[in-house]
This record gives sequence, structure tokens and C-alpha cells, in this order.
Amino acid sequence: MTTATDTISAGHHEAESHGGSYLDRKGVLSWIFTLDHKRIGLMYLGAVSLFFLIAGLLAVAVRYELMTAAPDLVDGNTYNKLFTLHGAIMVFLVIIPSIPASLGNFVLPLMLGAKDVAFPRLNLLSLWIYFFGASFMVYSILDKGLDTGWTFYTPYSTSTSTAVISATTGAFILGFSSILTGLNFIVTIHKMRAPGVTWTRLPLFLWAIYSTSVIQVLATPVLAITLLLLIIERTLGIGIFDPAMGGDPVLFQHFFWFYSHPAVYIMILPGFGVISELVTVHSRKHIFGYKAIALSSLAIAIISFLVWGHHMFVSGQSELASAIFSFLTFAVAVPTAIKVFSWVATLYKGSIHYNTPMCYALVFLFLFTIGGLTGIFLGTLSTDVHLHDTYFVVAHFHYVMMGGTLIAFVGGLFHWWPKMTGKMYSEFAGKLSALLVFIGFNLTFFPQFIMGSQGMPRRYHEYLPQYQTYHLWSSIGSFVLAAGLFIAGGALFFSLFGSRKAEKNPWGGISLEWETTTPPHEHNFHGQPAVNCGPYDFPEIDHTQEKAHA
Amino acid sequence: MNTFLLNAVIAQAAGGANETTWMPVQASTVAADTDWAFYFIYWLCIFFFVLIMAAMGYFMFAYKASPGRKTSPVKGHHGLEIFWSVIPSLLLLGIFWVGFKDWMTLNVPPEDSLEIRVTGKKWSWSYAYPRFGLAGENTLVVPQGQNVKLIMSSQDVLHSFYIPAFRVKRDVIPNRYTVLWFNATKTGKFQVFCTEYCGQDHSRMLSSVVVKTPEEFQDWVDNGGGDPLDPDYGKPQPPVVVGEKAYVQACAACHSVDGTPRVGPSFKGLFGKTEEFADGSSVQVDDNYLRQSIMEPNAKIVKGFAPAMPSFKGQLKDAQVDGLIEYIKTLK
Repeated sequence: MTTATDTISAGHHEAESHGGSYLDRKGVLSWIFTLDHKRIGLMYLGAVSLFFLIAGLLAVAVRYELMTAAPDLVDGNTYNKLFTLHGAIMVFLVIIPSIPASLGNFVLPLMLGAKDVAFPRLNLLSLWIYFFGASFMVYSILDKGLDTGWTFYTPYSTSTSTAVISATTGAFILGFSSILTGLNFIVTIHKMRAPGVTWTRLPLFLWAIYSTSVIQVLATPVLAITLLLLIIERTLGIGIFDPAMGGDPVLFQHFFWFYSHPAVYIMILPGFGVISELVTVHSRKHIFGYKAIALSSLAIAIISFLVWGHHMFVSGQSELASAIFSFLTFAVAVPTAIKVFSWVATLYKGSIHYNTPMCYALVFLFLFTIGGLTGIFLGTLSTDVHLHDTYFVVAHFHYVMMGGTLIAFVGGLFHWWPKMTGKMYSEFAGKLSALLVFIGFNLTFFPQFIMGSQGMPRRYHEYLPQYQTYHLWSSIGSFVLAAGLFIAGGALFFSLFGSRKAEKNPWGGISLEWETTTPPHEHNFHGQPAVNCGPYDFPEIDHTQEKAHA
Repeated sequence: MNTFLLNAVIAQAAGGANETTWMPVQASTVAADTDWAFYFIYWLCIFFFVLIMAAMGYFMFAYKASPGRKTSPVKGHHGLEIFWSVIPSLLLLGIFWVGFKDWMTLNVPPEDSLEIRVTGKKWSWSYAYPRFGLAGENTLVVPQGQNVKLIMSSQDVLHSFYIPAFRVKRDVIPNRYTVLWFNATKTGKFQVFCTEYCGQDHSRMLSSVVVKTPEEFQDWVDNGGGDPLDPDYGKPQPPVVVGEKAYVQACAACHSVDGTPRVGPSFKGLFGKTEEFADGSSVQVDDNYLRQSIMEPNAKIVKGFAPAMPSFKGQLKDAQVDGLIEYIKTLK
């Protein structure tokens, strides 16, 4: 059992007499200048949610346009801006910061038994940089929009008249936020663990955040350099990527994916971490294969740097390079498979509570398994030649990025919401949302696999009539999915004004964040917590069976 | 499992050469191999998906929380963990090999390939056939059963040339040539898409491949190419129109139609005029003189010009020669 041993500190009694919630201070300045990781996490959450809403509505607009084969709602240029902004906002402003910056910021120091992250001021700076970078993105939308796709491929991006410079400057700035947050988390996990929180007692969420942070620190600078070179090319006319000026457009793709493939794991690893927590806590069982899950996160982080070329099998890169990248891609599939098997095995002989977070975790397992398996088709050289840049790819990465990361994010939000806000949401609304999201998601993206393998190219504003049926189902699905997410958002938002107060530990978690008051005190713990067991040694575990299994 | 049996099962699922739920019609030699790989992965994925979901579904049902339920203290099982790491690794290695083997085929155009140049620009494709001196927009015409090698480049941004029925795709890049080859097995019309986003009319950058039998293809070449999907294609044309085309293709470099002498005399006002020759003789220009000048240009050299013209015997067909003569008659 975890214990919060109080070693009396000076501020302890004073704090308790104040009522002890980090939300107590009022006023805008108390938020803008806060050094409290919990408040910073909440502000990230607010911003990420706002951008998720905007980018989600853009996606619905795209699906609405695609209900019929002919262009009807918008013209070609507007359509191109819609899908570009959907992708760019989702990737840079929503998925990358979603779990680490919002849930991670809130939960990480609590799980470690720390008062805050290692560098609270740096943490606040990261938030400010995020807002600064985001404002460039918003400016790009309001200015001329952006029509390059989120990948900014040259020479299109160096020749289009849309707001490429402000958008790439935004992504460049956002990268610093990402790097600084990663750095902060790495140091915090190394140096700020409470007594007894050894590396093997670290909740798996933190192993995932740790692996993510390593990638963020190592890979993001390459994106920064790439975008800077792109800006230099556009403003000064120095040929780096544009063949008209003597550059090489394939070089851009290498640079871009050298960051953006590891970035895929920046996006999904935190999701893995969340699922490891949800699956254990709500089935009251120790995670199956702790070390395998923890180390597979690190393995994925390392291998993820060596597979970028699998985005470029048909780009004209060397055929030998493609073969090597394909081989390494299969290597990254193994640790991912291990995780899925381990999560399912964790359910074995558990005591599964179908709370909203658990429902989302199960939805994740279903969707992510499809997302992972369909990746095999794309890692295989010959089949990728046929499937590359079709809707098969669109479906695959939505199953992974949305069905994986964002579902894990929503599940994690439902899991930690009571701790974050002190309020309990309607379980009915939560479960209904999970059901609608599950149905809507599959309806939206499964038909896209079929139309993709039938040849439907991605990023098409109009399409041949033979794909009509699939597109129609997909659009209908997206409306159901949107309704599900609105209900999820509504359940959380309206709980803030409801009267249902959350218990201190509604799910019976035994990692340290559940030991403190709800919502936590400004300094997290009254005194120094200490730990003498692992994060998944739940009281329901029947230790009398131990010998039989040993 | 017996490899032969496995092949049979997958070939059955792949539906032979016909369209299946997952795959469009197979119309090239590599299509069957790609589809075999696709369905091989597909059935493996179905197997593992069902396995994982069945386990998950059973656990969800069997281990639903009830008051007082105790849970297992199991924290892992080395044997099981090694098993589910090694088995997928081996399967993935096999899948890699299947894809790699076909990748080699896809990337080595046979020596005897017919070379065709493909140019992509915003937002259309054009084709040139160096072996036949032909060029065309919009429609790629290829012979059935022959290896065809496309040498592709772009005039502006990135494009990508994709023929779903052939299962081939390759990016088309400015300032660099990329290569793609195929051998079409079915005659008919097949869709070409641009699959690298290229701006405003990306989704309209469509084209077709028309596969003809070798005989029909030869006819198409003999008739000077053209777009077989054009509604006017193949209709008999007035001789003057045929002649004007032949003029542009064969004569325009040396003979003007506005009276200016180039390497050879201008065609303006030529018909009916009395032409004086280098040997002092002369003749009134008529049909037979024009025909002779095209077939045996050195028989009569017009005074003041060098004997520089090659013979077009065998190069221009009778219909073209007739057309040329009719065209020259119109140039008063």
C-alpha cells in the first residue's frame, strides 16, 4: 500500500487552514503568472480543447463537402485550406501537446510525489511559447490561410501564395515549447521522485512520458532547422529544396520525416501510457509485463528515429534505402504488439469496472489494434506502392492518431477529471459518448480503408462516382463521431457547474496522485509522501493465489 | 501450412483477376503478386484481430466486477511474453520478404521495355513516344503484353503517377527523372490519378491508360497517334486537314507557307507555278511533280537551293502525301 507519510513541514498547517485547493486563487494574473504545474496543465487543456473543437469542425466541413462526388460546398482552393488547417492544427496544436502538456503537466509531479516540475518557470515559459506559436497559426488562418497540407512539401510550399511563412514560423516556435516541456519532464522524473518511487515503481504513464520527452528533445530541433530552411528559401530565394533554384525537393521530405516520424511516437506513446493506467486501475489488477511495457516504450523511442523513410517508398529515394526502412519499420511493430498483448492480458482474471475511462480504454484497444495491423500493409514495400497516398493511409493514421492518441486523451481526461476539478461528471453521458464515438469512428474511417485500396487518392476535392457510397458512409460516421465528442465535452464541461463533488479517490487508484486531496493543494502534498509498493498493487489482488502462479 | 494450399486459398480470396471488395481489377503482371501480398497480410491481420478481440471480449464478459471479487496476482509470464514477441517477429520477417521480393520486380524495368516519356504539370499529364516520334496529351496508349517503361518528370511541383489497376505508383519530380514500369495484361481503359497533392486542381489531374492489342497499337502508331478517347478520334478527316498535320510534322522546318524561302522553297503559291531547276529545265508544278519531290527529292533541284532534302518514301503514307498536295493547293 502507498502511504503519504507526513514529515511535518513549515507550510503544512498554514496551508490546511486555507482550505487547500490549487484553484483557490482568483484573478487573471494568478493564472498568467502561475508557476503551478496543475494550473499550467489546465491552461494547456483549455487551449488544446479549443483547437480540438476548431480542427474538428474543419474536419466535419471536409466530410460535408465529400458527401457528394462533385464540388458543391466550397471551391478547390478553399477545400485545400480546410484539410490543411485541419491537419496542421490537429498535429501541432492538439495531438502533440494533448496528453503530455495537459494531463502530463497535471499528473506527472503528483505521481512522483513532487511539489512541482523541476523547473516551474521554464514550464510557464513553455506555455507562453505555446500561445505565442499558436497565435502565428491563428494569424495564418485569418491572413491567407494555408494550402500546403500539414507536411509543407516543397516545391509547392515555396511557390504557393498562402501564408506559409507565418504558419511555419508558428510550428517553429511551437517546437521550442515542446522541447522545453520534454526537458523539464526528463529532469523531473530523474531528480524529483519521492522516497520509494524507484524506476520500477514508476507508473507506466510516466515511462511513456519519459520516452516521449526523449524524442521531443532529440527530434524537434530537426523540424526547427527544416522549417527555418524553408523560410530562408521563401524569403531570400536561396535554393535548398526548390529545384528551380538548384535545390532538392526530396531532401525536404527526408528532413521533414526525420522529425515527423518520431513525432508520430511523440503523439502515440503518451496514449500508450494513459491506457496502461486505465486498464490496470479499472480492472483492479497489476499490469501484465510491467518491464516489457516500460522498455518497449523506450525501444519504440529509439527505433522511431530510424524509420522515417517508410513515408517515402515511392518518392524517388534509393530503392535500397526503401528496403532498409521497410525492414526497420517491421522492427518497430514488435514492441507495439507486445503492448497490446500485455493490455489484453491485464484484463485476465481482473475485476473490470465499466467506468467511463475504462470504456474509452476498451474503445482504444479495438481501434488501435486495427490501426496497428493496417500499418503492416503500409510498411510492406509492394503493397505500399499501391496504397501510398490513398485513403487507406488516411484511415490508418486516423485509427492510430485519433483512435489511439485522442481516444486515450479523452479516456485519461475522464479518469483524472475528478482529481483535476473536484467535480464528478455524469457517468451516463460519459458512457453514451464512448459508445457514439466508437460507432461514429468506425463508420467514418473503416470505409476509407476500402476506398483507399480501391484506389481513391487522398486530398481530393472531387472524386469519381465509384467511390460515392464509401464517402457517404464516412461522412455520416463523422457526424455521429462529432456528436459523441460533443456529448463527452458537454459531460465534462457541465460537471463544473454541477453539484456532484468528486471523492478523493473515485477509482481506487494507488499511485500517488490519488493520495492527495481533491482538488490537490497548491503544493500537492501536505508533507513528503513516500511509497513502499508498486503503482499497481491493488487491495483486491488475491495474494493467496501467488504460489500457484509462481 | 502447405504453401500450395495457402497459395490457393489466397488466390481464391483475391478473386483471380477480377475486382474484389478490397482491390480493383488486376490489369498488369505485378498486380496479382501485389494482391497476393495484400491478402496474405489481410488474413494474418484478421486472424490476430479476431484472436485479440475474442480474448478481450471473453475477459470483459468473464471478469466483470462483482462485489468481493478478488483478482489474480499475475504480473507477467516470461514464456508467454517471449512467445508473443518471437512469433510476430517471425511473421513480420516473412511479410517483409514478400514485399521486398515484389519490390525488386517493381524497380527493375526489363531491358526490352518500350520507353515512354511522361511529363506532369499543374494539372495535366502529357506523353511522348520517342521510338515513334509521337506525342500526346491526356491519354497514355500502350500495347498489351509488352514491357513499358515510363520516364517521368515534372515541370513544376511534385506529382505522383498512379494506375490502381496496375498497382504501380511513383512520384514525379521536377529536375529529376523517376522511372516506373509495367506490363499490361488486359485491353481497355484504366484510370490514372495524381496522388501527390499539387494544389487547386489536384483532384482533376486525371488521365487514362488505353491498352490496345499489339496489332491495334501498331495501327494507332501508323495513323500518327492521337487520343483514342477524343470523340473525334478515328473519324475520316478531309485531306487538307491530314495534309496540314503532315506539313507541321514533316515539312515546316524547311518550307514556309508565307513566301519566305528557308532551306527549301516556300509552299505559298507553289501549285501551278513554273519552277526552274538547277540543270536549266523547268516544269509547271502539278500533283505528280509534288509527289516526286516528296519521294525522290534529288530528282529535280530547284534553282538557287541546295540538294538537302531527304526522301520521305515510307515515312509518309499515301493519305498524308495526298493530303499534303491538297494542302499546298490551298496556299495561294
